[in-house]
Amino acid sequence: MTRVKQRSTVLGALAVAGVLAATGVKAEDTLTVVSWGGAYSESQRKAYYEPFMAETGIKIIEAEWNGDVAQVRAMSESGNVTWDVIDTGSAEGIAGCDQGWLEEIDYAMLAQPREKFVVGGALDCAVATIVYSTVYGYDAGNLPAAWNGQVPTTIADFFDLEKFPGKRGLYKRPFVSLEWALVADGVAQADVYDVLRTPEGVDRAFAKLDTIKDQVVWWEAGAQAPEILANGEVVMTSAWNGRLYNAVKNEGRKFVLVWDHQALDFDYWTVVKGTPKLDLAYKFLAYASDPVNMARQSQFIAYGPSHADAIPHIPQDVLKDLPTAPENMATAFTQDAQFWADNGEALTERMNAWLAQ
Amino acid sequence: MVSTTAPTVGLIAGGASLKAQLRRAERARKLKAIGLVVPLFAFILVSFVIPIGVMLFQSIYDPDIKRLMPGTAEALARWDGQGIPDEATFAALVTDLAAAQKVKKAALIGRRLNYELSGMRSDIVKSAKIASKMEMGPYKEALIEQATLWGERDVWAVVKRAAQPYTPYFFVTSMDLKYDSDDNVVPVPENEAVYKDVFLRTLHISLLVTFLTLVLGYPIAYMMATQPPRVANLLLILVLLPFWTSLLVRTTAWVVLLQTQGPINDLLMASGLVNERVQLIFTRFGTIAAMTHIQLPFTVLPIYSVMKTISPSHMRAARSLGANSFYAFVRVYFPQTLPGVAAGCLLTFILCLGYYITPALVGGPTDQLISTYIALFTNSTVNWGMGSALGTILLVATLVLYFVYNRLVGIDRMRLT
Repeated sequence: MTRVKQRSTVLGALAVAGVLAATGVKAEDTLTVVSWGGAYSESQRKAYYEPFMAETGIKIIEAEWNGDVAQVRAMSESGNVTWDVIDTGSAEGIAGCDQGWLEEIDYAMLAQPREKFVVGGALDCAVATIVYSTVYGYDAGNLPAAWNGQVPTTIADFFDLEKFPGKRGLYKRPFVSLEWALVADGVAQADVYDVLRTPEGVDRAFAKLDTIKDQVVWWEAGAQAPEILANGEVVMTSAWNGRLYNAVKNEGRKFVLVWDHQALDFDYWTVVKGTPKLDLAYKFLAYASDPVNMARQSQFIAYGPSHADAIPHIPQDVLKDLPTAPENMATAFTQDAQFWADNGEALTERMNAWLAQ
Repeated sequence: MVSTTAPTVGLIAGGASLKAQLRRAERARKLKAIGLVVPLFAFILVSFVIPIGVMLFQSIYDPDIKRLMPGTAEALARWDGQGIPDEATFAALVTDLAAAQKVKKAALIGRRLNYELSGMRSDIVKSAKIASKMEMGPYKEALIEQATLWGERDVWAVVKRAAQPYTPYFFVTSMDLKYDSDDNVVPVPENEAVYKDVFLRTLHISLLVTFLTLVLGYPIAYMMATQPPRVANLLLILVLLPFWTSLLVRTTAWVVLLQTQGPINDLLMASGLVNERVQLIFTRFGTIAAMTHIQLPFTVLPIYSVMKTISPSHMRAARSLGANSFYAFVRVYFPQTLPGVAAGCLLTFILCLGYYITPALVGGPTDQLISTYIALFTNSTVNWGMGSALGTILLVATLVLYFVYNRLVGIDRMRLT
């Protein structure tokens, strides 16, 4: 599917290039920007792509991906780079730098000092664009009778099958699930990654997950989480906060987000190594990293800005639904990108083995 | 005599030119034939043979460490595996790491070593930064002091093993085995074993689905072959319609049907058969039901096309010779359908081995087949060595099964049309 899409993007690019050449505009003035699709891409279109095109005359061609880094790596290695800028998560941003298929970011070219970005958000090859978080939510419009009118408020409640019986949705990757398992098992927030670095800590996290294993439905794509919650397949599910928020705002669902121990993470702008349009890519990155421009995006999706100076530009009523709102931040933690770069593969394998048993 | 041989003589007389003509004609025909095949041959070579060859190769070839740490690899070749390597090896390590740091490849070294010792990635990156700042020896104590991992013999054992460009490492891992610190191959702990189970599960589900499609499909094929054309055509369309629908659409339709709030559960509840909704989706049952449905046409059509060619007079002859209808079916009709059964079952079985999207959407975590893991390694973690090794094992297993099957059934007896 992605390949077809990619080809149509290429064809589209060729067609556009042809038209531009015919009308005398330079054919180089297009930039292919790749993101995750759905409501998220739409927020980027409104906040960045459209005003950027109007301001600079550079045409942005959009493409979608789902984090399959194999195709980007193949593109960069074969020297046939058709994607210029990609919106990635931390894992891809770090892996791309390690494996050499992402350009190193020259922060001077962004005209933004590196320290202005959230802690952990200014990587060597990736510059943070949004702050999102993994939370869990339940459907207040469809509360199970067995809950006796109570509602879950903490991570411990997520693991409490007696008080809150019913199926739970969790991401089919170790990220966040393992951290939450330890927190629910009584590990202090600050020690979670230290504990997870030891074999006993990993065993402990899986032992905690064992207690709810037969009640878990595992989701793999971000859109699945609100879906299984809406159709009653689960009574609560972990999800990316923007996905739940959009179901509430646009589809009228009565989902309630539980912010306890929300796991913050970032999405990044990256530039594919070997792109012939490095100048245009930096022009776009500088535009998208400008705090005033960045502040616009939060109005279209409930993700926070990565630049400290953007926050004053966001209206109060929007700010309260963002992960970065002070009242949501009380127990929040940031996913340790370095820990997951080191241990993500081994723990994913361990989790697969655990799931298959 | 003369009159009969005369033309022969004449033929011999004009032989040279005729032979040449024949040869020319033959050659032209051959060239044309080759010309017609070349595009397909080139296509298969480029899109099939070469990629598979590359895949097979990648499962045993892993040159990163050898390429990025040439000095260390050479020094370690002399190391006997006892204690910590000598100062010369440390000097080579520092040189290699500093060089890797310069071209920003240190993380690549870390990534490869991380496969075997989780957590090593950041240690290597750190060591490379330290190494690039070291100007002169002795390196051994200085490096161990700043990066303690180099004082551990097991770390060196991993580096030495990873420095071999040709390695069975990925196959060892694919079989739920690993190297211990003395380079012996030992089984991984039980809670980390996964692939053996998954391979067996893949075989098991494929066999079960093949069997079910045969049991369900054979009578349909028989009906289609024996009913009058009007009914037979209707049946054929009913078989072909889902066949023409995309796999993803059919799988998603099963998701809708099977879900807990879905129509099957509604029906069960309404009929009073159950008083609590049954878990159908994300189960083995759902996976097998959906796969059987999707594979049915693949089994039915070859059987049908063979049945179509069996003359009804055979059965009538058997009956007229005194066989009852069951006996006539078993002894006369059924054996003639075997080529179609064999072809249909083989087709379904081999397609089932590669199933990916249906178990992913309809099955639970214990219903995933091996393709899921190949996709995970290929697309998400970009560990192409592991993806290739698992793919190679699947390919070899399929070929072995195919040859066994060929011995038992005989491919030449199979008929697809």
